[in-house]
Amino acid sequence: MSDLIRLKNVEKKYKNGTTAIYDLNLAIEKGSFVFIIGGSGSGKSTLIKMLYREEKPTKGQVIVGGLDVAKLKNSKVYKLRRKLGIVFQDYRLLPKQTVYENVAFALECIGEKKEMIRINVLKALEDVGLKNKVHSYPDQLSGGEQQRVAIARAIVNNPKLLLCDEPTGNLDPEMSMEIMKVLEDINKRRGTTIVMATHDKEIVNKMKKQVVTLKQGHLVKFKQKGKYEDEAI
Amino acid sequence: MKLFRMLGRSIRDAVKSVVRNFSLSLASISCITITLIIVAVAIIASYNVQNFTKEIERDMTIVAFVDNDADEEDVKEIESDIKSISNVSKYTYQTKTEVKEKMQAESDVFNTVLKNWSDEESPLKDTFQIKVKDVEKLKQTAMRIQSIDKIAVVRYGSGMVDKMIAAFNQVEKITYGIVIALIVVTVFLIVNTIKLTISARRREISIMRLVGASNFTIKTPFIIEGMILGLFGSIVPVLITMYGYTAFYNHFDGYLYSQLIQLIKPEPFIYQVSLAVIVIGIIVGMIGSASAVRKYLKV
Ligand SMILES: Nc1ncnc2c1ncn2[C@@H]1O[C@H](COP(=O)(O)OP(=O)(O)OP(=O)(O)O)[C@@H](O)[C@H]1O
Ligand SMILES: [Mg+2]
Repeated sequence: MSDLIRLKNVEKKYKNGTTAIYDLNLAIEKGSFVFIIGGSGSGKSTLIKMLYREEKPTKGQVIVGGLDVAKLKNSKVYKLRRKLGIVFQDYRLLPKQTVYENVAFALECIGEKKEMIRINVLKALEDVGLKNKVHSYPDQLSGGEQQRVAIARAIVNNPKLLLCDEPTGNLDPEMSMEIMKVLEDINKRRGTTIVMATHDKEIVNKMKKQVVTLKQGHLVKFKQKGKYEDEAI
Repeated sequence: MKLFRMLGRSIRDAVKSVVRNFSLSLASISCITITLIIVAVAIIASYNVQNFTKEIERDMTIVAFVDNDADEEDVKEIESDIKSISNVSKYTYQTKTEVKEKMQAESDVFNTVLKNWSDEESPLKDTFQIKVKDVEKLKQTAMRIQSIDKIAVVRYGSGMVDKMIAAFNQVEKITYGIVIALIVVTVFLIVNTIKLTISARRREISIMRLVGASNFTIKTPFIIEGMILGLFGSIVPVLITMYGYTAFYNHFDGYLYSQLIQLIKPEPFIYQVSLAVIVIGIIVGMIGSASAVRKYLKV
């Protein structure tokens, strides 16, 4: 069984009554690179949030890396989080800490040893191409560079899975492609499974990866080497 | 090893945020300081009062006067009655002649007055002098003895002590009230200090959650911050206890008013009180921060 993620009859209904995901079945293999696409409000972020247990499914089963996410107690969520990295549109860096400190923070929080932190942080920063900016502060970096710091922080713990919710949403096309190169590199070199929600048609079409298409909470397509098809959305 | 590393980080973070939220931290610390000064004074006073009331009570005696018309049989009966009271530890019997001789020996004035009375006209009575095991029940025991047949009067020299203990109990109750009120205010201030820290570090906390920090790791710095506030708050009270009490003791040469009221020696008393003050400070700080964490840090 090489599926890293499996969703079975998953439904997500928010407390206010909105149903964001209807009866979703999905399996994502280890090492794959999957885009989640769909219009605004189609449930992309909701799906990602269920994968890192920010939200619980109201029905069905979500399994990530062997953990049954819905059954995970609040106090045990950290076990899931340590298996994966997460990247957001807004980078979420600590403004008063340097690039190095921002990335090291992820390992300090889980009690890693100082030498191990150093080795892994430098490796991660090298992988995203920021080794020459270790002492800079976030406000001294471009948006693309900040996002690469966030990616470095997400992969510094060598996770099996990297979740990205619109990582290029704030970036111009050129910087977006840079980020995509970094992600593809991580997927190939580290074997990290990547699940990325995006709006960006061009990126999806260029990358030729697996594509999950959502429409108003329903899965409409799951294609290998998919494209961003307007009529499906 | 890992625990120590995490603890080190928590303490560093906690000290940093005490400094960062200086004004509110100072308010909390001042409040703890005032509370702990009162607590320290209360502990010192209470132990001293307990100490010297015990001293006084230790040689307190019940004196029971036997009726003049009691014969030898009656005295035997009284004696066995007294013996049967469980709180009685020791008793002695003195005939009025013995009492007379003793008093005459004690003072010249008594001597001249008492010389003129024969045994029959003597106002003195045969007496039982009784010591009790539990001084707290002195009054009840005295009443018990009073109710024995042929006992005329019972005296016990506790009037002053009783009043003092009652007065001190009153003061103690008021002090408890004040201390509890102050602790409530302190906890409230600490909760708000920690709340501020939590909101200042909201971003950091959310990132910690994302990267898989355990709840323990997330909470600990805030709990420690509260404990540090408590610790800082106990500095002045401890100094007051150590130097203040020693100075007080030396100034009065260890006695208050008379030889009867003896103060507790500063060593090791001041260290015990200081330790108690520090522990109370830290616990109060911890209660405040723990409730802030529970309220404002949903993990
Ligand atoms: N916390 C919430 N409470 C209630 N409803 C929510 C919540 N979050 C999302 N929704 C609703 O669920 C649906 C799906 O939202 P979601 O954020 O998953 O969409 P999305 O595909 O990520 O959209 P976008 O492309 O705009 O980011 C929407 O109708 C949204 O209004
Ligand atoms: Mg979204």
